[in-house]
Amino acid sequence: MRYAFGKIALVFYLLLLMLPIYWLIVTSLQTNAQILGSFDLFPPDPTLANFTRILTDRTWYEGYINSLTYVGLNVVISLSVALPAAYAFSRYKFIGDKHMFFWLLSNRMAPAAVFLLPFFNLYSTVGLFDTHIAVALAHCLFTVPLAVWILEGFMSGVPKEIDETAYIDGYSFPRFFVFIFMPLIKAGIGVTAFFCFMFSWVELLLARTLTSVNAKPIAVTMTRTVGAAGIDWGTLAAAGVLTIVPGAIVIWFVRNYIAKGFALGRV
Amino acid sequence: MNKTENNKAWFLVLPVVILVAFSAVIPLMTVVNYSVQDIFGPGQRFFVGDEWFRETLRDPRLHEAFLRQLLFTGTILAIQIPLGIAIALTLPTKGWGVSACLVLLALPLLMPWNVVGTIWLIFARTDIGLAGWSLAQLGIDFNFTGDPLHAWITVVVMDVWHWTPLVVLLCYSGLRAIPDAFYQAAQVDGAGAWAVFRYIQLPKLTGVLTIAVLLRFMDSFMIYTEPFVLTGGGPGNSTTFLSQFLATAAVGRFDIGPAAAFSIIYFLFILLFSWLFYTAITRISTGTR
Amino acid sequence: MAEIEFRKLAHSYAERPLSPVDYALKEMDFAWQDGGAYALLGPSGCGKTTLLNIISGLLRPSQGRVLYDGRDITALSPAKRNIAQVFQFPVIYDTMTVAQNLAFPLRNRRVPRAETQRRVGELLDMLELQPVADRRAAGLTADQKQKISMGRGLVRDDVAAILFDEPLTVIDPHLKWQLRRKLKEVHERFGHTLVYVTHDQNEALTFADKVVVMFDGEVVQLGTPQELFEAPAHRYVGYFIGSPGMNFLGAHLVSDGIGIDGTEIVLGGHWAAAARQHARSRLAIGIRPEFMGVSATPRDDAVPAKLVSVQDLGNFKLVRARLGPHEVTAKLPEDQPVPTDGAHLVFQPEWTKLYADDRLVA
Repeated sequence: MRYAFGKIALVFYLLLLMLPIYWLIVTSLQTNAQILGSFDLFPPDPTLANFTRILTDRTWYEGYINSLTYVGLNVVISLSVALPAAYAFSRYKFIGDKHMFFWLLSNRMAPAAVFLLPFFNLYSTVGLFDTHIAVALAHCLFTVPLAVWILEGFMSGVPKEIDETAYIDGYSFPRFFVFIFMPLIKAGIGVTAFFCFMFSWVELLLARTLTSVNAKPIAVTMTRTVGAAGIDWGTLAAAGVLTIVPGAIVIWFVRNYIAKGFALGRV
Repeated sequence: MNKTENNKAWFLVLPVVILVAFSAVIPLMTVVNYSVQDIFGPGQRFFVGDEWFRETLRDPRLHEAFLRQLLFTGTILAIQIPLGIAIALTLPTKGWGVSACLVLLALPLLMPWNVVGTIWLIFARTDIGLAGWSLAQLGIDFNFTGDPLHAWITVVVMDVWHWTPLVVLLCYSGLRAIPDAFYQAAQVDGAGAWAVFRYIQLPKLTGVLTIAVLLRFMDSFMIYTEPFVLTGGGPGNSTTFLSQFLATAAVGRFDIGPAAAFSIIYFLFILLFSWLFYTAITRISTGTR
Repeated sequence: MAEIEFRKLAHSYAERPLSPVDYALKEMDFAWQDGGAYALLGPSGCGKTTLLNIISGLLRPSQGRVLYDGRDITALSPAKRNIAQVFQFPVIYDTMTVAQNLAFPLRNRRVPRAETQRRVGELLDMLELQPVADRRAAGLTADQKQKISMGRGLVRDDVAAILFDEPLTVIDPHLKWQLRRKLKEVHERFGHTLVYVTHDQNEALTFADKVVVMFDGEVVQLGTPQELFEAPAHRYVGYFIGSPGMNFLGAHLVSDGIGIDGTEIVLGGHWAAAARQHARSRLAIGIRPEFMGVSATPRDDAVPAKLVSVQDLGNFKLVRARLGPHEVTAKLPEDQPVPTDGAHLVFQPEWTKLYADDRLVA
């Protein structure tokens, strides 16, 4: 009885959760005339015209490439600096280790809005404005502390004896780290990459401020749909649907690890 | 785990330090620098001391935005935390349903924040949106662009939609970490469903709930993009929260000095509050009785 | 307190078990007496915990019935069965004090307050938890936590049985001994039926009146520690109980008795008669190292063997000898002289056992 009630509540919740997304998809499959003209729960005459427009228009699909480029860069940078640092935190005591750790985490609490102006000035000064690397570096502000935190959790789960055995067997630190240690925590690396991807992909305030043309993210391109003739709802919805796709693909690949990543309570 | 003392480990941390110094310390120093100067243009700046701070703290618009922010954060926490726990309790623990539910739950979390705003912008409109249209059919004159209360409700519902799954996922993983023996012991001890929740599940969730509340507090305190897309902070200023206020001041009006002063206060407030909350929770859960 | 009886009990975790392999627990019929202390002994994965969970009602058996004092309780929940169970890892309610933890099972059953307090007080004294009674249970050491778990099992005086699932795994060795003694004390005082799961033979042999040895989903022997030692009903019991384990020598039927593989030795007598009944089975002769005689000089009843090694372990000596293809171990008292070149092994008839397909037949 209680069980059945719980299941019904869950299904109901998931339906509500999916409804706005469903509606976005429905809107994306109609022309503006259909959207504004009649109200239908299912698109009466579904069309892919909105999607075709986006995927054939250079200014549109370049937004995608830009977004994916800086997100990818961010994941690579975050992982490559966070891996050794997390190892240090999980294995060694050193002067100021605790303070370092908390200082890193406190960056997660900095409102992006606080950094708007200084970032703009800083990146303009060093000539990185409107480049992918600028956005990737800016996003490191919150992805790196996160990556260090998650990885440290996974690394602490690996017994220290493994390191010691490897050193006794004559492995150098880099060789041990890459060939023995990293394979052991590959689930952790996957989860970390996922969260870096996620936070970099969804963030826009900084991405928008640090780009103008060449590295403009897709989600910003979407604002172009607001024209003199009002909002182009169909194209806006289609662009929205397309921004969900990479996220959905990534979740599908890491679905078995999501719960594990969260299980460390470190997001 | 016993850690060895080794100061060479600093070399491993160095890349992170350099990177974060570049992306956090230098900008923050710039902010501090701005906050004590009046800047008219290149080469024209004057030291003004704490003037911007005093001015900012006296600004009635800021007070309003701050109160709105507190109200908003309080509201969404009061909804998302209990709802998240409740949903996590109903999630399946084995079978194909687990993956399916997790994927569906994670979907809203992986949407660019302005797309979240866009979805609700469409969804809540009475002419083309399912929710708005349904409300209109029920005879409610729903208008989130004109009516402050409606705008508020829409922003809160949107945030609940967007972020409750995070609380659910955290709680779910916390629940999965409870060994079966606890449930079996409770069964043997004759405990009912409520007692199981009250004495086993809830105490074991303290850790993840602390994190959930902290995250939701911090992130909702920084919320910017979603309400910006949905309501633009309006109608009037009714959905202008702190980040929006700051962005308007810094980028919109170019009041760099006051904006910098406000940035510092803002950041310190979040740090302070998070720290207070964290210490309070850890003290309660480790203290005796 | 109750007698526990299994009738045609079997369990499979598979939904439609096809072969015996699918069964975690093979069909069994047993009756365990009221007030007895039983130890369930066996390697990991042999089905001991499955059997325990069926007794407690956490698991519903796929076949057969469980009876308490003749009453069929197969379909009852653990709470209705009125049993107590202590798990491998201490289960405590973190937010409650030690006293509240102990009172929890009584509170759930709406036992009057005064009675609850009396019982809890009694247990706090007995388990020596009085000094920490008002402390939060979360901050205690593992052995104190496990005492609390045990206390919650003991607090109800009407329980049908108390079940222990390897409760001392997480306890330090020197405290293990103390807790085991405490448990025996409690058993003597209250006379509950106790069922104790363990994979540690010492624990089983010191704790229980009757030891139930399980192997591969099957109860292979139920008996007193002495019976297990003297007449292991299954090869596994021979290996598992005693140190070192029993010697087994493969054998086959010959015209005038049983021949030990690879040797000229032939056994006649009652062994031969029993072996003929099991002509198609795999035969083996078993003898405990303690009962294996070693003589330095040839004797009529001894067979010559090649000496491999002698180990002096203080209060006894371990002699290893080679008999054809078999290696045989003998355990000799400290004072008995040990041959230096050849050994002559004496198989004492009353301790020489015949096994057919791993089971004792003579």
